[in-house]
Amino acid sequence: MTDSSSAQPANLVEIHNLVFHRGKRAIFDGVSVNVARGKVTAIMGPSGCGKTTLLRFIGGQLRPDSGRVLVEGRNVPDMKRDELFATRARMGLLFQSGALFTDLSVYENVAFPLREHTRLSEDLIRELVLMKLEAVGLRGAENLMPAELSGGMNRRAALARAIALDPALIMYDEPFAGQDPIVMGVLVTLIRTLREALGLTSVIVSHDIDETLSIADYIYVLADGKVIGEGTPDALRASESPFIQQFLNGHPDGPVRFRYPVPSFAEELAAAKLKAGGRN
Amino acid sequence: MEAIRRLGEAALESLRTLGSAGTFLFQALIALPNPRKNFPLLIQQLYSVGVLSLAIIVVAGLFIGMVLGLQGYSILVTYGSEQALGTMVALTLVRELGPVVTALLFAGRAGSALTAEIGLMKATEQLSSMEMIGVDPLRRIVAPRFWAGFISMPLLALIFSAVGILGGHLVGVDWLGIYDGSYWMNMQGSVEFWDDVGNGVIKSVVFGAVVSWIAVFQGYDCEPTSEGISRATTRTVVYGSLAVLGLDFVLTAVMFGGF
Repeated sequence: MTDSSSAQPANLVEIHNLVFHRGKRAIFDGVSVNVARGKVTAIMGPSGCGKTTLLRFIGGQLRPDSGRVLVEGRNVPDMKRDELFATRARMGLLFQSGALFTDLSVYENVAFPLREHTRLSEDLIRELVLMKLEAVGLRGAENLMPAELSGGMNRRAALARAIALDPALIMYDEPFAGQDPIVMGVLVTLIRTLREALGLTSVIVSHDIDETLSIADYIYVLADGKVIGEGTPDALRASESPFIQQFLNGHPDGPVRFRYPVPSFAEELAAAKLKAGGRN
Repeated sequence: MEAIRRLGEAALESLRTLGSAGTFLFQALIALPNPRKNFPLLIQQLYSVGVLSLAIIVVAGLFIGMVLGLQGYSILVTYGSEQALGTMVALTLVRELGPVVTALLFAGRAGSALTAEIGLMKATEQLSSMEMIGVDPLRRIVAPRFWAGFISMPLLALIFSAVGILGGHLVGVDWLGIYDGSYWMNMQGSVEFWDDVGNGVIKSVVFGAVVSWIAVFQGYDCEPTSEGISRATTRTVVYGSLAVLGLDFVLTAVMFGGF
């Protein structure tokens, strides 16, 4: 464990023993994740294992049942409202849907965080917005409305908005889901450039194996509310865990079952027959 | 036994909802005003909630006034007191129909739009992304919409009543031939500014707060699916209308019930 009392802990985000239930279902059952400064940390796992939910804890939108979520050494669930909003202003989250404000143009969307959190002059805001749009290759599209953008442009505009305030941490929620190969390539390049040029700490939640392995420095694999494997991409590829091999290679059967957990079909048919027979 | 248990459960559930609606409104409204940012937002909402509702309010007011003129005339003429038509039309409108019908139309026209808009923002994660940018959607989205409804409602109700009185004039004076002077004179003589107009305005202020509150809360609280939004929109119109009619009885009893 790192020393979280020092001014600059090596990990920007530390999650210790996170437990969270939704109804009776345990989403997280003792998950611990560290996000190192200046690195790309990926969180992978099958759909529905709570990867996106984990980002909501870092952003303080959900409260854990127990466990701690430290951002810059401070526990997010303990933060007061104002402190929480100030912390959020230093993070960017790229939503899976982009979540651009549909009543504002691309320009106004990117300018939104700047207008809300700074008192910069209109000239300076314009310069910053165009700079961010240039970085994602959308300068010239600033007057379009979100409804006029293609899926890939939408996500890039949202990325420009997420980095508008030059955050210390950026989180990508399924950045590659539903994108064509070209857009995927563009996004991979963008994420890598952001990290190399700005030293941005990044968290990627994804289940696109190749793209994620190619940009991540460290990977956590979640399943059934637990971290079942972690390591560098090479270490994971070499892992002997049957689950990780199933996940990385996309085998339909293995430790993770293809079928929903129910009694076997034959048993159910037999039981139904028995019931019908009893009635006669 | 089971029925009683379920009744209690439903009662607790609705109390819980009322409580969360209360804290929701409190959190949205309790904030230091920041005129530079909030004023343009409020103006924008006043336009979409208030100004765009004008057409339906004016048309409805005109027809209601004309119907009142016809019905009132046919009743009053049997007693030979058709000269009192102006009084009847004006009192009915400023005391009752102005605030109530405006609030009902408002719930259908603007309330449902507010709910659907906020609900869709929730479903498309716009509220969530606003939170993550570090901006409170309660203050940024909900508060200006609530205030816009609160401010527009009394103004719309006054316009409704004024147009209705003109509609009554159109039918009573221009068509059925009541003497113009007596339409206005009797009205002037019997409508009290504070007791009638003032109480009507108080009613519509209350309705404005309640309908806007229901509309923004239903939008914010809805299940973020297309089905959830449609249910929330329906609830806004149903709860909003019922609340207006119920409160109208209570307010009328307090204002005019002291015989």
